[in-house]
Amino acid sequence: MKADLPLLNVCELSVAFGEGVRRTLAVDRASFALQRGKTLAIVGESGSGKTVTAQSIVRLLPYPAASHPTGQILFKGRDVLKMPEGELRDLRGSGVTMVFQEPMTSLNPLHTIERQIGEIIALHSRKKRNLRGRVVELLTEVGIPDPAARLGAYPHQLSGGQRQRVMIAMALANRPDLLIADEPTTALDVTVQAQILALLKSLQAKLGMALLFITHDLGVVRRIADEVVVMQRGRIVETGATEAVFAAPQHPYTKMLMAAEPKGAPPPSDEAAKPILEARDVKVWFPIKKGLLRRTVGYVKAVDGVSVTVREGQTVGVVGESGSGKTTLGLAILRLIRSEGAIAYCGRPIDGLSFRDMRPMRRDMQIVFQDPYGSLSPRLSVAEIVEEGLVAQRNELSAAKRREIVARALADTGLDPATMDRYPHEFSGGQRQRIAIARAMALDPKFVVLDEPTSALDMSVQAQIVDLLRELQRRRALAFLFISHDLKVVKALASEVIVMRRGLVMESGPADEIFSNPREDYTRALFRAAFAIEADTSGAVSQ
Amino acid sequence: MNDQSPIVAAPAVRRSRLSPLNRRRLNNFRANRRGYWSFWIFVALLVISLFAEVIANDRPIVAMYKGELLFPVFVDYPEDKFGGFEATTDYRDPTIADEIEAHGWMIWPPLRFANQTVKLDPSTPLPSPPTWTLSDDQCRAWAAAHPASVPKSYDPAKPCRSVEPMWLGADQGGHDVVARLIYGFRISVLFGLTLAAVSSVVGVFAGAIQGYFGGWIDLSMQRFIEIWSSLPSLYILIILAAVLSPSFLVLLTIQLLFSWVNLVPVVRAEFLRARNFEYVNAARALGLTNARIIVKHVLPNAMVATLTFLPFVVSASIGTLTALDYLGLGLPPGSPSLGELLYEGKSDLDAPWLALSGFFVVATMLSLLVFIGEAVRDAFDPRKAAL
Repeated sequence: MKADLPLLNVCELSVAFGEGVRRTLAVDRASFALQRGKTLAIVGESGSGKTVTAQSIVRLLPYPAASHPTGQILFKGRDVLKMPEGELRDLRGSGVTMVFQEPMTSLNPLHTIERQIGEIIALHSRKKRNLRGRVVELLTEVGIPDPAARLGAYPHQLSGGQRQRVMIAMALANRPDLLIADEPTTALDVTVQAQILALLKSLQAKLGMALLFITHDLGVVRRIADEVVVMQRGRIVETGATEAVFAAPQHPYTKMLMAAEPKGAPPPSDEAAKPILEARDVKVWFPIKKGLLRRTVGYVKAVDGVSVTVREGQTVGVVGESGSGKTTLGLAILRLIRSEGAIAYCGRPIDGLSFRDMRPMRRDMQIVFQDPYGSLSPRLSVAEIVEEGLVAQRNELSAAKRREIVARALADTGLDPATMDRYPHEFSGGQRQRIAIARAMALDPKFVVLDEPTSALDMSVQAQIVDLLRELQRRRALAFLFISHDLKVVKALASEVIVMRRGLVMESGPADEIFSNPREDYTRALFRAAFAIEADTSGAVSQ
Repeated sequence: MNDQSPIVAAPAVRRSRLSPLNRRRLNNFRANRRGYWSFWIFVALLVISLFAEVIANDRPIVAMYKGELLFPVFVDYPEDKFGGFEATTDYRDPTIADEIEAHGWMIWPPLRFANQTVKLDPSTPLPSPPTWTLSDDQCRAWAAAHPASVPKSYDPAKPCRSVEPMWLGADQGGHDVVARLIYGFRISVLFGLTLAAVSSVVGVFAGAIQGYFGGWIDLSMQRFIEIWSSLPSLYILIILAAVLSPSFLVLLTIQLLFSWVNLVPVVRAEFLRARNFEYVNAARALGLTNARIIVKHVLPNAMVATLTFLPFVVSASIGTLTALDYLGLGLPPGSPSLGELLYEGKSDLDAPWLALSGFFVVATMLSLLVFIGEAVRDAFDPRKAAL
């Protein structure tokens, strides 16, 4: 092999799905090259074709539904698209390997991790002796503590970060020349994300492999990539060295992506504003039952004595890793799950009310959920979705009047009211989240719980939603409880912040104070991971 | 609403006939050609059989007698009206027929036999074969034996022209097989549809309660259903049918006791899954009542599974009814029953037209239902109907 030849050379690659008139082009003549030992990042929003591009490199697409009208993929000078099946199999397990986004579904839940890693090694090498030693070696390499003891563990017994480490160990088992990482950190907490990125970086340096990194997160690109490829709707709009692209983006889309970080500042914390919702010492304990008689032997303390006050026109941000009890707290405050502790709305205690007695109160207290795909019924039109609360709460309204309110709520959230008779699947993720917000706003509430409303959205859409929420809050003096693991978004919206971990409050106070001067180690580690994508080594955060 | 928000006009209400999802499903249903055609054939057969009284009957549809317009299909006229002495008129009696023809006219249904009409002058000893299989000698023998039935147009050269046609012959009791099939098809399908409808209402309701509320309600009802469905239902049906005098309603009720269970697991599973959907939670947060949430948000999810099952439930209940009739424990004697016809066919192997026609009708009916079921399943397949 000549030294000047790139390890991977993708020329004019197109990917099409479907046939005949229904054929759509997912990738349109994309070309890029990756040198040995280097890192190339493909950046783009959802639907830009970045994952499809990566999967065609090892021909993982659902052929023949997918096809390649043009292009070739040269790996070490051989065209992958023309390889026979046997050669391709060798390539997949040992030449090029992949790490996927969702570590839970990428591992087989029925096998131990030893078996899964061992299988990969055994498939591609003839040396069957000392498999176990090799597996332990790999697990050590990816930083699993006490690897010999974890060999018999099943995927569900590992944390998300550890599962992703196991995936990486499987990918590295046969020392590939190219590792394709498809959003490997998106499903993970920020602190864990930083650790995984650090691990990939160090492994790359150690093994000298090339890394093709797919992501939507520009912060990650900046930290990890030598070169960057920006994709938009199947086309490559910009390529270049990472430093150069970040310093002087050429294409308007790249500029837009870079400017897409949530901006703006929340109103300052105001102790004098009228408290809308007060909760004291909220506890949500789930009993652990064991034995034949289902005796309660202990509790999972999802929320353990959290107090929060949300004031008119202000936002309280609740931050923490997954499993810290943020969402449970939000649901408990809205009385959607059982909890202990005093909760008062506008001074009126609501913690003792039954589900039926709570019903009229729901008009003033609303919630917006994380997943805009799951939170809208696919069988109802947008108008029916948004007017649902009105039908339940204000049945004195005529149908025409309701449609008027729906139209205004949609316009307020930046949607065209003329689209109100369409169905949710005709809208993009950001538009769907606007519909979900319009549904909450149609009732004209005073207090809204926002449960990670931006997490499932693309970066540029996140910024728009944040602006929309701030605008709505300003106009209507809304009180928000904003739940998020994304500290950038919280920083742009919240006047006060509560940092939670394992059901307990680690730290709380005015947002500017906490962001500028965090007191706890945990908070500091969280901020470092979120803003600088640096891994914490002090042990303050979980793996 | 807020005063600062811009004034916007709501678009006029657009009542779309079908949501896009349902339109896609309809297209998928149509795409399964076999099921689609089966559906229309089945509907056509059902509609025809619903009008059985005017298609196969032993009374004229309309008659004019001495200037009076009569509707013998719908009204029982005493025979003394036409000079006879029976309580109800036998229009097939040549004397009565001649009497009416002499003083007016009458319009007969295409088939002059009802389910229970007895052929008084059978062409051969009963059960008699289809008339088109008769030889000239058999027809002449018939004409000689029944001189009263021989019409004036009798032509000794072509004697079979004068025999009243019975396309599929007559059974042991002298009943026309075609008429029996038409009436039997109708009662079987109606029984199947009614049973499927009632048992899915009960089953969906039970499954919905279990799945939505969960906990102890679910647990206790599940245990009950386990015990209930482990009872040997056919034996119990036989015992009950022997104790109670069987009628359409009694049989329906007895079968309902066991058939409602079939749909419960499917509906329950759908409800268990759907009750934690985010849009169901959102509806709860909007303050909707449980009943409304169930009907509007959760039930549509379960309907897919229910509708997919429905054609198979219909064919299963028709199968059970036919089996009971075959065993002689079904509908009361004299009812139009396919099972009874099959039994007669079995006991009289010299008359293959009985068993064959019964078999073809039952087989066609069940096959059509299974094909429809397959098309319905395709239509609701989320992989095909995905948006």
